[in-house]
Amino acid sequence: MRNNIKAVVYPAITAVVLVVAWIVSIRVFDVPGYLIPPPENVLSALKAGYIDGQYWPHFLFTFKNTVVGYLIGSGLALVLGAYVAESKTFERFFFPYIVALQATPKVAIAPLILVWFGFGMASKVVLIALMTFFPVFINTITGIRQTTPAMLDLMKVFSAGRMHVFFNVKLPSAAGHIFAGLQISVVLSLIGAVVSEFVSSSLGLGYLIQSASINMDVSTMFACLFSLIVIGLSGTQLIRFLHDKLVFWDRRTETIPSE
Amino acid sequence: MNSSPLLVAEDLSVVYSGSRGAVTAIDGLSLQIASGEFVSVIGPSGCGKSTLIKVFSGLLKPSAGKALLGGTPIDKPRGDVGIVFQQPTLLPWKTVLNNVLVPVRALKQDAGAAKEKAIALLKLVGLEKVIHSYPSELSGGMQQRVGIARGLIHDPELLLMDEPFSALDTMTRDHMSIELQRIWMATRKSALFITHSIPEAVFLSDRVVVMSAAPGKVVTEIHIDLPRPRSVETLADPKYVQYCAELRTLFEKLVHFD
Repeated sequence: MRNNIKAVVYPAITAVVLVVAWIVSIRVFDVPGYLIPPPENVLSALKAGYIDGQYWPHFLFTFKNTVVGYLIGSGLALVLGAYVAESKTFERFFFPYIVALQATPKVAIAPLILVWFGFGMASKVVLIALMTFFPVFINTITGIRQTTPAMLDLMKVFSAGRMHVFFNVKLPSAAGHIFAGLQISVVLSLIGAVVSEFVSSSLGLGYLIQSASINMDVSTMFACLFSLIVIGLSGTQLIRFLHDKLVFWDRRTETIPSE
Repeated sequence: MNSSPLLVAEDLSVVYSGSRGAVTAIDGLSLQIASGEFVSVIGPSGCGKSTLIKVFSGLLKPSAGKALLGGTPIDKPRGDVGIVFQQPTLLPWKTVLNNVLVPVRALKQDAGAAKEKAIALLKLVGLEKVIHSYPSELSGGMQQRVGIARGLIHDPELLLMDEPFSALDTMTRDHMSIELQRIWMATRKSALFITHSIPEAVFLSDRVVVMSAAPGKVVTEIHIDLPRPRSVETLADPKYVQYCAELRTLFEKLVHFD
């Protein structure tokens, strides 16, 4: 079999085996439906959710918050990271506090953010942006700082301007690191979205999971979990795709032709 | 070679102030390179060879003494020096052609106009087939040829080379020496070539300058009187062998292997 067919078929086999094991173990061990739902219940929950349409407002709420928060958080991280990496003064003033904020478990700030930004979309977006910020920020700084010194010497020999060096050498040098940060932040942004809805919300997949837990409605919880997985997977795949396209030199492992 | 020399270094000293006190990297070094001359500098590790490159490229100000290029002092980076590093130091996100054009763009010159010259240079270094390839698709030797083409693109007065072949395997290295001679003979740029290898220095140079270790200064220099183009046969020439032996004996005295 060709490799790209294997890449689809093999995990599909794993999925089938897992679902069969799921069904069989529920029957064999007689697990009650309020602990682990049988797959058909989850499927009917998904059907009610997405075909009959009950989940869509929740899905869209979570999805929109995540995307907006992610874009704001990573955008700010990129700009501030570049500033810190480029300006010693800026770094001296702010870096220790940024590190302290990084060490703070952001989830713990969630109730505070709620107080400050209200119960609507704003508080969610702020927490998500905060969660997204740090991996991108730190990786931007690291990436820019790791520019090969000889490359910078080369630019210096030709008296290249600061902006020229930044956009032609430093930023592309850092691109691999930045994308690694963006990748980590996808999942963190989803955590931010769910936690902010746990704290207080009347909408969203996180809210749905929490309210389902009160009713012991595990089928809905599973259905929402799968929905979150779909968002997370799509996000990480999109970032991976962009990484390969935009930073094509980063992962290239081609055989080197001899002279 | 009767005209005034292109590069003049007089009583050059470089002192680094580090955490463990001042370290003298170069101490009272004097050196001249004539227009169109190929000069190699050899010396034991830590003799300040790379520091010398930094001074001549304007990256580092000497603590004392002066360095002049074409009669004007080198006190800051200037556009009339080409440089080839130990590692090829290519930008992996740019094609071979655009890598060669890096100095042109950095100097804010017209890249469009320089394109043809870049292609001609890539032809000269034997890379006309990979103009649009990326560095990762090239072997180490090919990458360093791009580095040499880049060093020449802005028509510098002087080409500085800091152990450019040290990262290559021995076979490629010998081949690159012959290639570099060919390129140099086609362009006739003044060249300062830093190396660890005595055979390489003798093969390539009009003159070999020997430096002593910390603090670095010129101990002696030898004129290499071998006809060009030198080839693989030159390596068996008794005169070539004699030069190499002479330098090796000198080195034994210079370095205390203990």
